[in-house]
Amino acid sequence: MVRPAGIGRRDFLMGGAGTTGALVLGFYLPLRGRAQGSSLGAPLRVFKPNAWLRITADNQITVLVEKPELGQGSRTYTPMMIAEELEADWSTIRVEQAPTIPAVYKGLRTGGSGGVVNTFNAMRRAGAQAREMFLAAAAQQWNAKKRDCRAQNGAILHGPTNRRLSYGELVDAASKLPPIDPDDLALKQPRDFRFIGNSIPRTDAPGKVDGTASFGIDVRVPGMLFGVIARCPYFGGALESFDSTAAKAVRGVHAVFAVPPLPRHINTAGGVAVVADSTWAATEGRKALALKWDKRRHAGESTDSLRKLIVERAAGQPTFIAIDHGDATEALAGSAKKMEACYESPFQAHATMEPMNTTVHVRNNEIEVWSPTQFADEVQAEIAALSGLPPDKVTVHMTLSGGSFGRRYQWDYAAEAWQVAREIKEPVQLVWTREDDIQHDFYRPYNYQRLSAGFDERGNLNSWSTRIVTTPISASNLYTGTTESPETLRDPATVAALEWYGADIAPYVIPNFRLDYAPADSVAPRSWWRSVSSSYTPFAKECFIDELAHACGRDPLEFRLDLLSDKSAEAARLRTVLELAAKHAGWGKPLPKGRGQGIACRAGESCSAQVAEVSVEDNGTVRVHRVVSAVDCGIAVNPDGVRAMTEGAINFALTAVLSGEITLKDGAVEQSNFHDYQVLRIDQAPEIEVHIVPSTGDPGGVGELGAMLVPPAVASAVFAATGVRVRRLPIDPQLLKRSKS
Amino acid sequence: MAHVNFSVNGKQFSAELDPAMPLLWALRDVLNLTGTKFGCGMGLCGACTVHLDGEAVRSCQTAVGSVGNKKVTTIEGLSPDRSHPVQRAWIAEQVPQCGYCQPGQIMQAAALLHQNPHPTIEQINQAMTGNICRCATYQRIRRAIQRAAGENA
Repeated sequence: MVRPAGIGRRDFLMGGAGTTGALVLGFYLPLRGRAQGSSLGAPLRVFKPNAWLRITADNQITVLVEKPELGQGSRTYTPMMIAEELEADWSTIRVEQAPTIPAVYKGLRTGGSGGVVNTFNAMRRAGAQAREMFLAAAAQQWNAKKRDCRAQNGAILHGPTNRRLSYGELVDAASKLPPIDPDDLALKQPRDFRFIGNSIPRTDAPGKVDGTASFGIDVRVPGMLFGVIARCPYFGGALESFDSTAAKAVRGVHAVFAVPPLPRHINTAGGVAVVADSTWAATEGRKALALKWDKRRHAGESTDSLRKLIVERAAGQPTFIAIDHGDATEALAGSAKKMEACYESPFQAHATMEPMNTTVHVRNNEIEVWSPTQFADEVQAEIAALSGLPPDKVTVHMTLSGGSFGRRYQWDYAAEAWQVAREIKEPVQLVWTREDDIQHDFYRPYNYQRLSAGFDERGNLNSWSTRIVTTPISASNLYTGTTESPETLRDPATVAALEWYGADIAPYVIPNFRLDYAPADSVAPRSWWRSVSSSYTPFAKECFIDELAHACGRDPLEFRLDLLSDKSAEAARLRTVLELAAKHAGWGKPLPKGRGQGIACRAGESCSAQVAEVSVEDNGTVRVHRVVSAVDCGIAVNPDGVRAMTEGAINFALTAVLSGEITLKDGAVEQSNFHDYQVLRIDQAPEIEVHIVPSTGDPGGVGELGAMLVPPAVASAVFAATGVRVRRLPIDPQLLKRSKS
Repeated sequence: MAHVNFSVNGKQFSAELDPAMPLLWALRDVLNLTGTKFGCGMGLCGACTVHLDGEAVRSCQTAVGSVGNKKVTTIEGLSPDRSHPVQRAWIAEQVPQCGYCQPGQIMQAAALLHQNPHPTIEQINQAMTGNICRCATYQRIRRAIQRAAGENA
């Protein structure tokens, strides 16, 4: 799966996956703010076999979840994996967010669809460790052989004598045992799973239907104030001057002051903060500010000027060649039939439903932070670095996040909140309005891909070349001037993960293949956006495959299956998902008049194929009626979770296909809210079917998978329905309207 | 500033407030009823949906001074124990992902079913199109509303 640069698989690993010392044995977790009393008022005894489990004498099992909960289900799949090996009674489990102590918890962040993938072994081992200690404790208590005892549904049973001790009854005895090394323990075989592989309801659903679920923006601390920042709208610009007289006169406004753009790798715009006794008073105060901005050197950039630069870079020299098999240049030159096409997709915003926010209380020599983040350890490290305090004096509470899609892997808003709070005695919640969110996001890169392919005299596809041009994520910090220049971007691993992952032709077998890259700089900040480069590379690759198939008069599914004749396991997995999606979609069968189907696939740790079915209205509007998805993600830890992620990812990608586009003018974003950055609504949402390939293989990620194939599947379906090729997203209805008349 | 009186979830509330303050911020920042969410501030996303005398309104577009004698119901007041048919259906269909927009979705759906106990899919789409879910749980929202409607036998 795609991973942000500089954050490799090793960094994502839970401390504990396969290495000793990973599980911090007997680690004491402070129960800050939590009553430890039983109903009688006496303290409850607690067994803490490791950092992820607390089991009390009243048979309550608390699972401390270190992964952020952004909607992807970490507060459900984590306890499932622990309960599996613990042989727990599910009804006794409750979930808490683990404290931000990076020395103990190595996974206080999530990205690259890695939540399940990177915790699967470690969390099962945490459960197994507790189970083994209960087994040992019971055997000791009964003076029995451990092998005659077994764990079942929250208790240890002694077969020969039919005795039973619940985990709660064993808390004292287990606490006195020396810790057991979790790496020595055998884990259960998939055939014995009781939780993994079953659709367990989400633990966070009840609080999310009655209003009690608390997101970052819902944090309420006694005496707190609310702040907003008027940010410089021009990327790379600066505050020239401001007059706060009118703002200070707004009732409820407490303070108005300038905040500078932050140095280092944070990328904040800087501006003027308004702090008030309500969010509304703060935004009213902001409206009353008189502001003068210095646009500085970037003011000239517009989407048109950027596009001109990108098209030039697509025709010019690459900065490096990423993949080169055979000799694509030579083979293309000598091919009997040659095709070429360019594909383009613009900046996209994350537009999470919960706007960015963070609450910070700066006290003497300590700071307390409440943040909806997917990178809690970095929030702590950054605020520690900015404030000069040691990290353990910066307490970070990771709250629920109202969506993320990659946005909350940045910590700009938390750093800004610290900037505002350090000027104020009281705790301050910095709130971004929707306008702030749309205009100061870190956008999905603008990208442009030029593809060429050649056939030999017998009609075999024998050569392929792809040029990718992006506004690279790897060089998107405007404010320091010290980041790597786009022109010097050469680190293959970084650029692969961020800019062209998903463009490799394998496992399709084409003897001559070349992939090269050229950057185009832009003023707009960029970062990972659900599926990163795979949000655009399959659009070009899979649409072009569709074009080639049609040019040969072949069925696009058959054409792909022929290219996947390779004996590799990856090719076999891809054939399976293609055939599964095609079967359920009724591929090749007659469709209602005016409808067309398109198909696309991608290989990786998780493989998928999708069939989209569309029609086009007279005004050129595309209607997506149905998307059928086949998913091979290894073992599906929570199948309903896999389906939910896939459904959501498909809809998420439809925004970028049908309507979403961020444009620049004068170095600033032109859109500001949901009227001009239009995201998918319910009446546009297709029927979705998700078919999961049964598997006992290691789990692969699914958070991004569903988003990758929507652009090519829909664009190819539009061609099938209308005969018009869509090579730029979002789809321009004018292009299709002409074909209708 | 003015003395503002109104009823929220069956309780009478009164305070000195700017009557122009949107109900959304009075609920969230003054009453600490944070179940009602801020999403756009322009009535474009539906995250702030509450009931005024049973009708779904956008609290970000409703001045607190305009509430008057109308009864305000927020997600916290829809049922005391998640027993409203829409809430039960939402859990049965496992609708929420991040969950941020769901209070607004549920309040909108509850108002729809109050007016039209057996909506068609088109009527569901029409009634719910003002409520954005960026996790895009739309398919499950449709199913949950149909499920809740099924209880209106």
